[in-house]
Amino acid sequence: MTFLSYLIGGISLGSVYAIIALGYTMVYGISKMLNFAHGDVIMVGAYVCFFATFRWNLPPAVGVLLAIAMCTILGVIIERLAYKPLRAVASLAVLITAIGVSYFLQNAAQLLWTSNPKVFTSVVGDAAIKLFGGQLSVSVITIVTIAACIVIMIALTWFTGNTKIGKAMRACSEDKGAAQLMGISVNFTISVTFAVGSALAAVAGVLLCSAYPTLMPTTGAMPGIKAFTAAVFGGIGSIPGAMLGGILLGVIEIFGKAYISTQLSDAIVFAVLIIVLLVKPTGLLGKPVNEKV
Amino acid sequence: MLLKVDDINVYYGAIHAVKGVSIEVNEGEIVTLIGANGAGKSTVLKTISGLLRSRTGGIYFQDENISSLASHKIVERGLAQVPEGRRIFLQMTVQENLEMGAYTQPSGSIESTMKKVFAQFPRLQERCRQIAGTLSGGEQQMLVMGRALMSHPKLLMLDEPSMGLAPILVEQIFSIIQALNKEGTSILLVEQNAQMALSIADRAYVLETGSISVSGTGRELIESDKIRKAYLGG
Repeated sequence: MTFLSYLIGGISLGSVYAIIALGYTMVYGISKMLNFAHGDVIMVGAYVCFFATFRWNLPPAVGVLLAIAMCTILGVIIERLAYKPLRAVASLAVLITAIGVSYFLQNAAQLLWTSNPKVFTSVVGDAAIKLFGGQLSVSVITIVTIAACIVIMIALTWFTGNTKIGKAMRACSEDKGAAQLMGISVNFTISVTFAVGSALAAVAGVLLCSAYPTLMPTTGAMPGIKAFTAAVFGGIGSIPGAMLGGILLGVIEIFGKAYISTQLSDAIVFAVLIIVLLVKPTGLLGKPVNEKV
Repeated sequence: MLLKVDDINVYYGAIHAVKGVSIEVNEGEIVTLIGANGAGKSTVLKTISGLLRSRTGGIYFQDENISSLASHKIVERGLAQVPEGRRIFLQMTVQENLEMGAYTQPSGSIESTMKKVFAQFPRLQERCRQIAGTLSGGEQQMLVMGRALMSHPKLLMLDEPSMGLAPILVEQIFSIIQALNKEGTSILLVEQNAQMALSIADRAYVLETGSISVSGTGRELIESDKIRKAYLGG
């Protein structure tokens, strides 16, 4: 029964990684850049939700929506101000800028909200469901997290496969020049991608802090790196890949903690990543483009 | 006049790729731009489509200066380009590629336009749900032309449609170009296959290291000794 409880915990943690990884992978897909500030957008989302619900006593649902709205705007602004002017230059410059934006957000948060940890209370309460005659206890936030992950996955698959702007995102991911010749506004499409990715980051921030209630300016950094790892693990640029990579990473991390060593759990996670990339450099679901000329 | 390119100069950094080029396309014409590799033919097309900018002059489409419009606005005006090397969306289906071609069109009209494209290219209908990357080279060329037609262009610009295709397919592509022209689409054709291009063109321009060296009707250029020696293999 403890195995089952670890597994559910792993899937839940992995669901958070997966939601963050989706933002990484979508932004990478369209602009071929690693947005290292993505993890810190999570932290901003969690702070917005924290202040909305615990300081201003708004209902949790309003707090979550406010966090989503703020992060969406923040993501679009970051792209416009920091990344868009660099679109034509070497990718290394954009990468360094992204690291700069990450530090900027962390330090701005420290200035605004101090580095004292805030205690975040779960937006869905602390209730737990007892299964198998009380042998297995699953908290509501665990279930909500997994459910949110599934809903987001389905919604995003539908969005990129069926809507006009979703298809335009895929077209821009493949070939921006050709997309422009179709009459697609590449700038607008990239903005939409950052908006969607950042909205997901807000959701991830709230879910993460509901399960692990310490909120600090650096809260988003480690999950951000882990989610990036998950995106590469699953095959960067691939939406199902980000999902699979995130969940596997969460499960490996929790099993590593439970059965091998708490201190070494992160090392185990990255060791698995290295092995996967050695065997399959494109990640689990990443496929090389089969190009016929 | 449908398109008037007036004295454009385009640079890649310090390299002066297109030097004072002026070309015109009248309603209903097939105009071809021929020249050797690296003469600047694709650069001219990219500049017309707004992917590159000229430092001088202007580009007028139906008397409107489009030289500072964003490329997606230019497509909306009715100017479509079939880019060099085909550039279809390899990971999307044939149908999705065609839908992208109709990006600027009202969604209600897409289905009827697609029917027309399928009538022109029946093979595309058979492969409608297939991932475009799995098509053969000839099918990809048909897809990229069908995709451009989805935007109802008044002027269709084609950049080396014969590249990498077997002779029989080249002939097929050229007869499709002629058929499109008969139906009312004006054509600006960039080609290295000068023989084929000149044989269907009303008028032609020869581009040499960035400038227009000769222009005239298709027939005049085919019969010109200089052109025959330089571009038609004797």
